[in-house]
Amino acid sequence: MSTSTPAPPRPHAPGGPLPRKRKPGTRSPGEGRMAALLLSPTLLVLALVIAYPLISALYQSLFREESGLDENGFVAEGESFVGLANYTDMFVGESGARFLNALANTTFFTITTVTLETVLGLCLALAMNRAFKGRGLLRASILIPWAIPTAVSGLLWRWIFQSDGIANHLIGSEILWTAEGFQAKAAVIIAEVWKTAPFIGLLVLAGMQVIPEEVYEAARIDGAGWWRQLGSITLPLVKPTLLVAVLFRLLDALRMFDLPFVLIGPGKQSVETLSMLAWDESNQLRYGSASAFAIILFLYVALIAIVFVKLLGADVAGTKEVRTLRKGGRTRKAKAL
Amino acid sequence: MTQIPVLTPTETPDDAPQRKLKRRGWKTYLTYVGLAAIFVYCLAPFYWMLVSSFRRTADIFENSPIPQPFSAENYIKVFDGATLFGRALVNSLIVAGITTTAALVLGIFAAYAISRLNFRFKSVILGVIIATSMFPGISVVVPLLRLFTDIGWINTYQAMIVPNLSFAIPLAVWNLTTFMKALPFDLEEAAMIDGCTKWQAFRKVLLPLAAPGVFTTAILTFIHSWNEFIIALSMINDPNLQTATVAISKFTGATEFQAPFGEQMAAGVIVTVPLVIMVLIFQRRIVEGLTSGATK
Amino acid sequence: MRQRRHSRQILLGTAALTISALALTGCGGSNESGGEAEQQQDAAAAFEGRGPINYVSSRDASGAAQDSIDKWNAEHPDEQVTFIELPDSADQQRQQLVQNAQIESDTFSVLNLDVVWTSEFAANRWILPLPEDALPTESMIPATVEAASYRDTLYGAPYYTDGALLYYRTDLLEAAGVDAPPANWEEMTAACDKVLALPEAADMSCYAGQFDKNEALTVNFTEAVGSAGGQVFDAEGNPTVDTPEALAGLTQLTEAFDEGLVPSDAITYLEEQGRRAFQEGELVFLRNWPFVYSSLTATDGSSDVVDKFGISAVPGIGDNPGVSTLGGRNLAVSPFTENKATALDFIKFFTSEEESKARLDKSSRAPVYPSLLEDPAVVEERPFYPTLLESLENAQPRPKVVQYGATTTAIQEEAYAALTAEKTPEQALADMQAKLEELSAE
Repeated sequence: MSTSTPAPPRPHAPGGPLPRKRKPGTRSPGEGRMAALLLSPTLLVLALVIAYPLISALYQSLFREESGLDENGFVAEGESFVGLANYTDMFVGESGARFLNALANTTFFTITTVTLETVLGLCLALAMNRAFKGRGLLRASILIPWAIPTAVSGLLWRWIFQSDGIANHLIGSEILWTAEGFQAKAAVIIAEVWKTAPFIGLLVLAGMQVIPEEVYEAARIDGAGWWRQLGSITLPLVKPTLLVAVLFRLLDALRMFDLPFVLIGPGKQSVETLSMLAWDESNQLRYGSASAFAIILFLYVALIAIVFVKLLGADVAGTKEVRTLRKGGRTRKAKAL
Repeated sequence: MTQIPVLTPTETPDDAPQRKLKRRGWKTYLTYVGLAAIFVYCLAPFYWMLVSSFRRTADIFENSPIPQPFSAENYIKVFDGATLFGRALVNSLIVAGITTTAALVLGIFAAYAISRLNFRFKSVILGVIIATSMFPGISVVVPLLRLFTDIGWINTYQAMIVPNLSFAIPLAVWNLTTFMKALPFDLEEAAMIDGCTKWQAFRKVLLPLAAPGVFTTAILTFIHSWNEFIIALSMINDPNLQTATVAISKFTGATEFQAPFGEQMAAGVIVTVPLVIMVLIFQRRIVEGLTSGATK
Repeated sequence: MRQRRHSRQILLGTAALTISALALTGCGGSNESGGEAEQQQDAAAAFEGRGPINYVSSRDASGAAQDSIDKWNAEHPDEQVTFIELPDSADQQRQQLVQNAQIESDTFSVLNLDVVWTSEFAANRWILPLPEDALPTESMIPATVEAASYRDTLYGAPYYTDGALLYYRTDLLEAAGVDAPPANWEEMTAACDKVLALPEAADMSCYAGQFDKNEALTVNFTEAVGSAGGQVFDAEGNPTVDTPEALAGLTQLTEAFDEGLVPSDAITYLEEQGRRAFQEGELVFLRNWPFVYSSLTATDGSSDVVDKFGISAVPGIGDNPGVSTLGGRNLAVSPFTENKATALDFIKFFTSEEESKARLDKSSRAPVYPSLLEDPAVVEERPFYPTLLESLENAQPRPKVVQYGATTTAIQEEAYAALTAEKTPEQALADMQAKLEELSAE
């Protein structure tokens, strides 16, 4: 920093009420305007890219394409308003069974992959947050799985999991990974966790990097061991970042598409997800029901996200963690004094 | 206590770990075993990709750990003139670069507003922002194709960049908000007491402190849009504008039944390695920058 | 308390987006009908307009297609053809073509279509019917013309074709005292019994086709039904898989799995895996397309069967002759393009016998002209062409239905269930018949 910068401010300037200390909830009109100014570009872009497709999907989901042929063999033109029939039909008969299967697969994949990714991602972050030679290299190499385009890594794993591929070769088995069955699910989970654990790892690592070292020092002086430090400092302080990382993984996992599609193949019930189902419907030109699936998936994702936020308190807008950190800072101050 | 408590425990002087090393040798040893395991887990499939990319088409199904015979034919084919792969890499760089920059700028603005300003409906706005990440990507394509055709955006960079922003921005906003929340207000307040304007306090105090978060968000959004495929495929039909993932999808084997696996793996290596090298360089730069900034 | 309020706000936010979306419904959605209807009907009159056009296709790795285009462009400076490349994956190609038809984009002028897409594209008015006598159809293989037609109207210009062949190990058959390739499954099984008794063939399997849940399974199933004297759809377009012939065909495949004639991992086989198994000496017989020939004859050491294999028509079931399905591609003209006259002239030029012959230098794709498949100069290079021609003359197209995607999914689903013994062949066929009837009723 240049010399024009004032001397690094002490984080805990002694005494006196600070000018911006206001009760949360006190708002000045200036800040509101400022906030509107800062937020509007974001909202504008998102409205353009998402609102329009969402609206059109909602609209489309209320219609059904004519699929009958006229006497010349042409598909009848136009579409008819069917109200919520595309939604209600989802739950009955053959297509109902398929929908429920896809819903179950989606949920199963989400729970298993996100859980494994979280555990693994935390381990990655803890490992990367230690000092050792070649740490930069490790950090960069951990990025590799995330950096390989999904379509390419899907192909790579398909190759690895071939009947005579390297996976069977190494473990001496003859598992038909890409055939229907539980092993196909396992293959998807292995590949997905491999690919996305780095996402959580990197975000959590960044969260760990902003924890002041002094907090740990204070804890060490108190005689807290590594596990105590992990449990009472690291985890609580990275929790907000971790929750955001997990939340975004949840959203992605619920919409999983490319990996099972490329790795196992379309139309395999063992791995068919809701996104694949929506794709298949639109591929078969049933845009109405494809849109209905997309909307249902959207609502399902929203529901999970809300439940997640509610249960675990991904308190992004709130101030709880800020206070925690300050408390940490105060502890540190006390110790330092 | 002369430093701003910015950096990671790991950036602290070397003597601490060394002391530890002597005291608990076996633990360090175990740690290294764990690190090695992680390393292998992340890299083994990539190694397989690398090995496969150096096999001849005829040996592509082999399971030998080292390509036998070694062949660069796949790499030559990837850069064969017809694929315009070099051009595609540049396009990917442009699209991902602009997406990342724009997402960061917008994300920082929004995150600052949410974490530092008082206004109503914060959570509603956060909710709306993340809600845009909940719609299945494949269902966005046809409506956007129609929209972009109407406004003449087909075969333009913005037709790829703007949709990419829709996933980059929510991540940037949420992530950066969390980071800024986690940083104490006191520092900026102190800076303003010392005569900084709000803007200066933001730029010279808050932003450097949030750097790990900004950097990580940048990497993640860059990679995300670097790997985007279906939008880029649908909005672009001019080969001079296509991105690397699209170019890869257009590789063909000798016939339609033969997947050009070797070339796809070679291309996978080509698009991945520069990214990792770039991260390595940036990482060092940023860490250096931070350290020097913090100790002055 | 606070937590709850925040999450409620997020919920509200989500809802707000949804509601605003609903409110704005008027500006979204699709005004799809309209344009298409008028575009249609009178075929001959439709081909007007000259100027630059785009040819949309996956890349031809051999470069032969580009040569034809270059030749055209050299002769037609004002009607240049630009090659727009699509992905290698057929699913993605179809998705791009359908998307562009959906928005009636004029970018895609000449489309390269898989034969199985013809009916769907024609019925949806995404391609134009070609004027009568536009193409020399009488000098093409009839099955390829049939596959490019919908309801007796020609919609596509046959570009290249593909048929099934039976690859077999001449050296092993000879060693086992079998002098001719099998004409049917019984003979094939008998030959295998003898061959597999040989010490050098101890670890081999008898036969493989393509059985993964994929389009290739539809191909193999259709061929089995056809080779047993049946049909998946009759001439009126009604599904007929509840017949004894269809049962005989499917049972032949399931028994081959049960009895170990087919290696168990063949349930994951597509064309390449089978090719490789045969090439590495793991199979006595292989059902595959002609493309395999060049790999099997490769002299770079990758093939263990150079000079050790022969090619014949696929085996029949019972007394019926073996029946191949038909693969290949057609070129068609989009109704949304400006320069339809140029597009028509271009596909005439591109699929002409002369250009097909010129492409043979580079491309291994089989032309649709019998005269070329029988041309001695060509046969010298590709000795299997007469066998292929024979196979194509007996070929049955895959189901010619508008809803091909749903149809092939239903076929794959049920055939796969039978092959993996999840269902009995009878049950699988009964379910398949029900699904196909439901689809054709729509």
